[in-house]
Amino acid sequence: MTTKLFGEPVRRREDARLIIGKGRYLDDIGSNALAAAFVRSPHAHARITGIDVEAALDVEGLVAIYTYDDLTGPMAEPLPVLIPHPQLTQPRTGHALARDVVRHVGEAIVMVVATDRYVAEDAAERIVVTYEELPVVVGVDAAHEAKAAVHPDVPDNVAARHRQETGDVEPVLAASPRTLSFTQYIERSASMPMEGRGVHAKWDTDDRSLRVYTSTQASTSVRAAIAAKLDLSLDKVEVIAPDVGGGFGVKIVHPWPEELLVPMAAIALGAEVKWAEDRREHFISSAHERQQRQDITVGYDDEGRITALDVHVLHDNGAYTPYGIIVPIITATQLVGPYVIPVYRVQVDSVYTNTVIVTPYRGAGRPQACYAMERTMDRIADELGLDRAVVRERNLIQPDQFPYDHQLTFQDGRPVIYDSGDYPGLMVKLKELVGWDEAEALRSEAAARGKHLGIGMALYVEGTGPGPYEGGHVQVLGSGKVLVSTGLTSQGQGHETAFAQIVASELGVPIEDIEVTTGDTRRFGYAVGTFASRAAVMSGNAIALAARGVREKALRIAADVLEVDASDLEIDEGLVQVKGTPGASIPLRTVAVLSNPLRYAFDEAAKQATQFTTHDDSKPPVAEGDAPGLEHRDYYSPLRSTFASGAHAAIVEIDPATWEIDIVKYAVVHDCGNVVNPMIVEGQVHGGVAQGVGGALYERMVYDKDGQLQNASYMDFLMPYSSEVPDVVIDHQQTPSPLNPLGIKGAGEAGVIPGTAAIASAIEDAVGRRIAAMPISPTELYDLVRSPDSERTAASSRRAENGVLA
Amino acid sequence: MSVDTDRTITVTVNGVPREATVPVRRLLSDALRHDLGLTGTHVGCEHGVCGACTVLVDGDPVRSCLMLAVQVDGHAVTTVEGLARDDHRGGQVLHPVQEAFRECHALQCGFCTPGFLTTIAAGLEKRDPAAELTDEEVDDMVGGNLCRCTGYANIKKAVHHAAAAMKDDAR
Repeated sequence: MTTKLFGEPVRRREDARLIIGKGRYLDDIGSNALAAAFVRSPHAHARITGIDVEAALDVEGLVAIYTYDDLTGPMAEPLPVLIPHPQLTQPRTGHALARDVVRHVGEAIVMVVATDRYVAEDAAERIVVTYEELPVVVGVDAAHEAKAAVHPDVPDNVAARHRQETGDVEPVLAASPRTLSFTQYIERSASMPMEGRGVHAKWDTDDRSLRVYTSTQASTSVRAAIAAKLDLSLDKVEVIAPDVGGGFGVKIVHPWPEELLVPMAAIALGAEVKWAEDRREHFISSAHERQQRQDITVGYDDEGRITALDVHVLHDNGAYTPYGIIVPIITATQLVGPYVIPVYRVQVDSVYTNTVIVTPYRGAGRPQACYAMERTMDRIADELGLDRAVVRERNLIQPDQFPYDHQLTFQDGRPVIYDSGDYPGLMVKLKELVGWDEAEALRSEAAARGKHLGIGMALYVEGTGPGPYEGGHVQVLGSGKVLVSTGLTSQGQGHETAFAQIVASELGVPIEDIEVTTGDTRRFGYAVGTFASRAAVMSGNAIALAARGVREKALRIAADVLEVDASDLEIDEGLVQVKGTPGASIPLRTVAVLSNPLRYAFDEAAKQATQFTTHDDSKPPVAEGDAPGLEHRDYYSPLRSTFASGAHAAIVEIDPATWEIDIVKYAVVHDCGNVVNPMIVEGQVHGGVAQGVGGALYERMVYDKDGQLQNASYMDFLMPYSSEVPDVVIDHQQTPSPLNPLGIKGAGEAGVIPGTAAIASAIEDAVGRRIAAMPISPTELYDLVRSPDSERTAASSRRAENGVLA
Repeated sequence: MSVDTDRTITVTVNGVPREATVPVRRLLSDALRHDLGLTGTHVGCEHGVCGACTVLVDGDPVRSCLMLAVQVDGHAVTTVEGLARDDHRGGQVLHPVQEAFRECHALQCGFCTPGFLTTIAAGLEKRDPAAELTDEEVDDMVGGNLCRCTGYANIKKAVHHAAAAMKDDAR
């Protein structure tokens, strides 16, 4: 097996356990633990007037009941505002258990602990909570009207006004040859990992230490939050993300109430306690994303070149703002996409509603941003009677314009400066891949079969790999085994494989000798987390630097033993050898033994490093500035994010009898710089596209006016099965990032970003009616086409003049 | 647990006769996971939609979250842990669909995987391995299970891959 594995489609190492049922997900841990269940609010907005637990007390197997009144010290205070921002002027968070008022259906009020989950739910069911209902706010428009307030001290429901501008937009708009204005909507969806949230906590009463397993994307920060909230010293808390059954953003939020309450109960009871979320709980008490109203005004010239862009977004942040205004900031700053926008102004009003909190879901504000920008491009093309691809091409940032500074401030507080890319190159590949120029022939052919066919495209630029940092540790053991660890977590991205490939390539060892651990604070205490397509960029580079440190030390030690210059040595297949001199070599595992001067020979190998075996009396056994062991720890902390890019196109066919929307072709061109494992990257694209299709055609959170989520189950919330996901054709482009040692950009979220925009464009092209609200169902499309008020596209009117339907 | 609501059941799990005393309301999924320690069967929705909990009862795929443990008394259950076969040298030979999932990158987080593996294994076992596997058959086989990671493309590829391996084996 070769050790140069960077860039190879290496089969995943984690699969060996996962395909035989030996994964270890949260609910697989602690089979004897007590179980927690929660009483949650059935009302969207209500004052709690009483909690009567009497009827639960005689349930056999009940262990404990907790309400807000049982919380003390920091636990009684509101949950943290994780990402404060000066423009988040009215941050509000709930309590671990509701105090006085509940602000969305699903908010936790009582925690019950019992001998098993069935019993815990029996007891929870018997607890009677009484309420005085309060006025409910649902949807961005109602929040904006502010007839009622979600938080009494925020009467306008505005949590934050996030504003950025790159110049004085109004005079430029006024002087523009043309302008157009429009409003569009995008609905709520959610991450919906197949495994919900879950927490297992074990308190060691002798050691007075806490071990917590949690299905999280950020174990180090959960650890810090638990220590702070439960008044524990950080060294007495360890947090481990076991196998995690998907995240997609929702598990970056922390500490969830349950992540604090379950450990609290474990300590109080001196017992193992576990809570595994059920699906309904996940719908009504975790997090959603996407809902926005977008008011857009654009100035442009007769060739379709944009002169100025003015965007006002109403963003629904749900009942609380624990994750700050990250999603609005990303929408605001990623909206400009791959285009030159001479003057840009954006304001996002982030508003409270009596619904589940809104925090990042794969894409994190970018699908909305792409929808705004790309649909603007479509409208300009329609007004001017130009090819939609041509209008985009005229506005693209050119390859010689990098680094390109948009004069905006990104989600990490750093400037939005695109590091590298080739956007015209993406466009050429996309048109070829989807057959853009043959679309009219396809349309006629479909029309002959009685079908409406349309094509659409969408381009995006995605800031990936934001800081502040990640770290990596690489250690070679005397057995030859290479231990690699990083603090960030894994939820299916194949980190055990990709990071091992990096170490195999950097260090020159067989991948079989490498073991990667992620998300375990016992192994690596400093980390930020897995989000924003950052794991490969951040931990990948940190681990590469750590491996380079190990290599340097190994060569130094081996050079001493072999009495050669370190620069004459190489490492291959775990053997340090003199270049071009067969036989002059030393195994890396022996170097590892020698790196640790010993007094005691605990095994055969160790004898080589003991004090009567080594003979250089001129130096201390461990030289000044050196340390025992063949290991190195390093960190990667970038100046700013690196910007990946891509372009998608969809061809849809619509049946005018059922108005079913069938995606007959879906094309992706993708650029994430250098690729560690192309098989894994393609897998990420496939999964992202499926979520993009879901967001465009099927998934929405349907709240009624009372704030009841009407479709809080997999029966009613339509996640795509295989029958809903089209075949995807993919082409690649690689423009390496100049910002990091490996030249890589993130790939995790890309696939989902342009789906809504491209599919909306294709449907509009097919039916000739303006699509201004997504997702869209066959019924809604039917109503739209039938409505006398629906706006006909200019392109469709032109086609009608030429005698073509739609 | 109390006498009047508990039942002792005998069930052959992955070829091994097992006995368990369970409350009558215990779901099969919970009995497998918590009473028998077979945590490879995962619970994704608890209302029969996602298919993560699919096991084989007398060879047929069922949603173990929609079945009570007492209902399998006297029957044979196969979970993901039982798909591999002994190689008679102390090791195990993976089922072709397990091999195919790894080869085709048909899993990411792995949570839905056991349900796909049991469903597809049953589908492939029931057909003539010599016959050409059509895309329609594959769609039928995987069409009832949810996966949030892969977009299904590689899962469908893996079914074809496994069928090809079984065709070769049958020769």
